[in-house]
Amino acid sequence: MSVTYLEAIRAAQEKALSDDPNVFLYGQDIGRFGGAFKATKNLSEKFPGRVIDSPISEDAMVGLAVGAALEGMKPVVEMQFADFSTVGLNQMLNHAATTYWRTGKPCPMVLRLPSGGTPGSGPFHSQSMETIYSHYPGLVVMTPATVEDAYSMLLEAIGMQDPVVFCEHKLLYYHLKAGALPGEALPAFRARIARPGRDVTCVAYSAMVHEALAAAEELVEEGYEVEVVDLRTVKPLDTDTLLGSVARTGRLLVVGESWPWGGASAEVVARVAAEGFELLDAPPKRLNAKDTPIPYHPNLWAAHRPTAVRIAAGLREVLRY
Amino acid sequence: MATKTAETLERPTASKKQDPTEKLGRSMLRARLVEDKLASLYRAGRIVGGVYLGRGQEAFSAAGGLNLRKGDVYAPLIRDMAGRLAFGEPVLDAVRTYLGSRLGPMRGRDGNIHRGDVKLGILPMISHLGAMISAAAGALLAKRMRGERQRVGLACAGDGATSTGSFHEGLNLAAVEKLPLVVLVADNGYAYSTPNARQFACTDLLERARGYGVEGHGLDATDPEACLEVVGRAVQRAREGAGPQLVVGRLLRLCGHGEHDDALYVDAQVKGSNRGRDCLQVMEELMNKRGRGKEWKEWREEARAEVEAAVTQVSKEPVPDPFEEQWRATVTPGAVEEVAEE
Repeated sequence: MSVTYLEAIRAAQEKALSDDPNVFLYGQDIGRFGGAFKATKNLSEKFPGRVIDSPISEDAMVGLAVGAALEGMKPVVEMQFADFSTVGLNQMLNHAATTYWRTGKPCPMVLRLPSGGTPGSGPFHSQSMETIYSHYPGLVVMTPATVEDAYSMLLEAIGMQDPVVFCEHKLLYYHLKAGALPGEALPAFRARIARPGRDVTCVAYSAMVHEALAAAEELVEEGYEVEVVDLRTVKPLDTDTLLGSVARTGRLLVVGESWPWGGASAEVVARVAAEGFELLDAPPKRLNAKDTPIPYHPNLWAAHRPTAVRIAAGLREVLRY
Repeated sequence: MATKTAETLERPTASKKQDPTEKLGRSMLRARLVEDKLASLYRAGRIVGGVYLGRGQEAFSAAGGLNLRKGDVYAPLIRDMAGRLAFGEPVLDAVRTYLGSRLGPMRGRDGNIHRGDVKLGILPMISHLGAMISAAAGALLAKRMRGERQRVGLACAGDGATSTGSFHEGLNLAAVEKLPLVVLVADNGYAYSTPNARQFACTDLLERARGYGVEGHGLDATDPEACLEVVGRAVQRAREGAGPQLVVGRLLRLCGHGEHDDALYVDAQVKGSNRGRDCLQVMEELMNKRGRGKEWKEWREEARAEVEAAVTQVSKEPVPDPFEEQWRATVTPGAVEEVAEE
């Protein structure tokens, strides 16, 4: 038996709905239809009245979740695509994220964002939004890379008292598989050493973890041992694990699928440079998507985002400095 | 009277049996007097932040607040001092936020018109107009899912807010879910300096009710009795299960957008028209006509004493201390970014 990344997300929602009567799901086409990606398939039948179809109103969807959360519910809002969450940004950044600090009243809710590029999806169905959400105080931003994390971190997110932005990667939905759902998980906000190595640290998150692992494999033939660190959560950042890894390797490449200006990859480099300057044997390097909207044609798209080949080239550069 | 503290004065209407006229009149007077006081403190430089008044909107606003019950949801906007007081928000909450007391509901973290108290059922507004409508809808959905019956939500907006996408999304969503939400639109003629003609192209905002599939109610909101009757009916309809209600009250803002604004742009003709009437004067004349002029004066004096006591008390209260502040915007341990400082 095997479980996909998407099935893990569905299973986590199902478990949350069974365990906690305050949990409900809200989103476009998520009821009978089961959602654009089928992340809520069969859940409306199993939990009548708790898996609710919304109008195409991202602002009001998030606003509704804020109001329900303040009443003690735990809403899980599905954006059809992460890209459309820009329409609901005001409610998430100015309302959900500020509420606890302003009022002392927690605003527990989860915003699920089907994120990242897939071939042929183009500028408005491919975005990675973690940078924008991470910049604002009051939010937790999760970017699971594995089936196990998709399951356990979503449950963790639903259990939290803070508003959580849960960035799930669409490229992993159907193809990434695990033997079974996990029984236990790493502690919250802890990064994971996805592959140990001694020569260079490659930090990645979400789908880029798999590109980084492939690049690490490629460099084995050249005699390099690459340590791959999966951030898991980009806000807050697990600076201790990052510094620990760089202390072992002395070299750092950070990979992000989002755009190059700012963001999680820049934050990692900034932290390591500021707090671990003496650990570095080479200038830290970043690898991101190109600074254009995300292209539609698969040929262009494949060249737009970091891939194993580009990551391997970046790693060689850092290693040969 | 003089021995009472503001704490005991904060809800003078709660313990007595009052007819709706008295409830309305007292809320209007309390709001006007506390706001007059705040305006004068603003000119004296004692207010932290801006002052935005509800002058001329007291009847409409109060009619909203006093038709709500405990357990209902109230999402007031910037000109709803009267509605807040009518719903049961203590005068102290207002005075504390304006004077920057750390004992206020927002503890110095947010100010004045943004104040709220979720426990009381008052959602603390954000500045982005229309945003509170969907939040009130969400609170009502939560109550319905938990089986709480007969709850009503009341969200306030102005003519300007009706132009936002948030307003549209929120009201449409509430209509789709048939939630017991009353949206009060105080059409006061101007959004800051922008007149109605530059804000919307329909003849009357009430026309929109049909488009949303909700019941609509229009009124001359300078008439306190009309406010009581029409807003009361809308709240009743929502409570009975008739779905969202859109109430459009026509009136004029009898002050600037904020106290920094001289409002010279307001059309003199409109000021002199029926729309420019002061609901408080209308109410006073009504009371005199009914032989209740003496009561009106008593209510005014009680309100004045309440406001003075609150200001005196709050003036002695501590202000926020940055060294004692808990600088964390999240509940979960470890979720705050601790960036190294020298």
